[in-house]
Amino acid sequence: MSKGTLFDKVWDLHTVGILPSGQTQLFIGLHLIHEVTSPQAFAMLRERGLKVLFPDRTVATVDHIVPTENQARPFVDVLAEEMMQALENSCKEYGIPFYNIGSGDQGIVHIIAPEQGLTQPGMTVACGDSHTSTHGAFGAIAFGIGTSQVRDVLASQTLALSKLKVRKIEVNGDLKPGVYAKDVILHIIRTLGVKGGVGFAYEFAGTTFERMSMEERMTVCNMSIEGGARCGYINPDETTYEYLKGRDFAPKEGDWEQAVSWWNGIKSDRDAEYDDIVTFAASEIPPTVTWGITPGQGIGIDESIPTPESLAEGDRDIAEEAYKYMKLDPGVPIQGTKVDVCFVGSCTNGRISDLREAAKFAKGHQVANGVKAFVVPGSERVKKEAEAEGLHHIFLEAGFEWREAGCSMCLAMNPDKLQGDQISASSSNRNFKGRQGSSTGRTLLMSPAMVVAAAINGTVTDVRKML
Amino acid sequence: MSEVKTISGRGIPLKGNDIDTDRIIPARFLRCVTFDGLGEQVFADDRQQTNGEHPFDQPQYQGANILIANGNFGCGSSREHAPQALLRWGIQTIIGESFAEIFLGNCVALGIPCVIATPKIIAQLQAKLTESPKTTISVNLENKEVRCDDLTVPVQIGEGIRQMFLTGKWDSCGQLTANAEQVKTTAANLPYIAWAS
Repeated sequence: MSKGTLFDKVWDLHTVGILPSGQTQLFIGLHLIHEVTSPQAFAMLRERGLKVLFPDRTVATVDHIVPTENQARPFVDVLAEEMMQALENSCKEYGIPFYNIGSGDQGIVHIIAPEQGLTQPGMTVACGDSHTSTHGAFGAIAFGIGTSQVRDVLASQTLALSKLKVRKIEVNGDLKPGVYAKDVILHIIRTLGVKGGVGFAYEFAGTTFERMSMEERMTVCNMSIEGGARCGYINPDETTYEYLKGRDFAPKEGDWEQAVSWWNGIKSDRDAEYDDIVTFAASEIPPTVTWGITPGQGIGIDESIPTPESLAEGDRDIAEEAYKYMKLDPGVPIQGTKVDVCFVGSCTNGRISDLREAAKFAKGHQVANGVKAFVVPGSERVKKEAEAEGLHHIFLEAGFEWREAGCSMCLAMNPDKLQGDQISASSSNRNFKGRQGSSTGRTLLMSPAMVVAAAINGTVTDVRKML
Repeated sequence: MSEVKTISGRGIPLKGNDIDTDRIIPARFLRCVTFDGLGEQVFADDRQQTNGEHPFDQPQYQGANILIANGNFGCGSSREHAPQALLRWGIQTIIGESFAEIFLGNCVALGIPCVIATPKIIAQLQAKLTESPKTTISVNLENKEVRCDDLTVPVQIGEGIRQMFLTGKWDSCGQLTANAEQVKTTAANLPYIAWAS
């Protein structure tokens, strides 16, 4: 049993009581909702005649279904339009703040909450989206939940949960040039497996994470769920406080000192006890790319697609399934694999620093013939900031499309989709079968820099060659 | 809410590890404001690609209510649409080697117990149901057992969750809303609540 970790402290502070089932009733400090997983929750509230207990602790936006080209209302997709209206009406009815398209504040839910300072250390955060783990970057405990649980949070501002174990994942040292936060988390998942984290919260610790910016930390925590861990977090520090200070919802002048002192108090103690500890050396992490149909099927850019014999017995069946689906052969180097579509964006890698890094590699180059490449800022604010810096000119001149904010082709619930068995180089988080909108579409996950390198060369490329 | 003690009926084997919720219900079917109709779309892409050979299409498994899955079932997206689609197709309980956490929680909220058995037992059950699809199978939460024809095997389920099913308290909403006063007290003790105002 863990003791003295940030997870333990935040859990205890938010415990309302123990339910007859033995589960904990946990207070949720920040509830984020979007158009896909909330309409049915509001319907359940109406059905049971329940109110929203803390309407000012829920914040809504639209991201999944939003078209990134033509955003004129009503949407061309009538089903998407219906979902939009359902959310608009529910927010109005229950008095929930809503950041709609064109407000200047709309965007992917996991991007807008941090950028507005809504996400803070020591909070519990819940959202009907598995990538809610992103908010753990601030030292918050953040859970992805289903629609019935969205109903529970709306009605009671709490969830019924069983306490998780805590695994400390320590990574120390400097990352080599061309290696990014995305590579770190892909490497961790590759090593610990996609179900290695089931039952655990991941605490990411060590000098590598300490030296990361908040946006890099968000990329890491975002993909905790791909390793099976429902939440992942990093202890707050000066980097966290510096990022937060002055943001819209951050504590103001009079409260700031008290906030910092409280935040410092909820960090994991030096002598905290963990259920498990795993360590990595940053110097051993290569630019990493997935070749298969789970985020755990990753390899270093210099490696070949693994042969069945090289894999643990339990990983062979899913590898066989992956060779077939991906139409890739074992033993063949991943570098040089031809790509059709290149996508920079998503809640994993759609922030300003991601776009800056992508632009650095796009500058002065041209997208290869026959490759469709596009950049989707994670929020309206990210878009505005990127345009103020002229990043959109760099992308457009290089042959990338420049879009409006949304989830886009990460999950393809909107018009951005793969066609047939196209291969995409994608800065998103999931390479599941059919994930990007075509039932035979293929996804290679990688950092935004590597996506740009692939777009320019038309093939999977080691970004270090372009440094 | 009703008590869930034993679920009996016919089984449907679905082989494969890491079957994610995008496969259970592809994202395009999430463009809806109710869960109605999701039952027909369960495993839509997998079924389309297997031309009628997917267990959810095979005539011998129509009417089955107990799904036998392998490891890490339901991983990925938190979409409750996945267990909703399985439920609406007719699945009432799932026996698997392991389950992804969010999926398992969503199943509890819908009254679908997920029980865990060893890989060897899962292989035995899947083989039996492949050979004789009409075999009767039952999941007993009281003694944590699965019976399938002449086979009786142990299964696991978290004790708290098991009690929720046995006592009919698997829908947490009523319990959570009953404690509104304690919730407000907990909130009042969290300093950040005041910073926001």
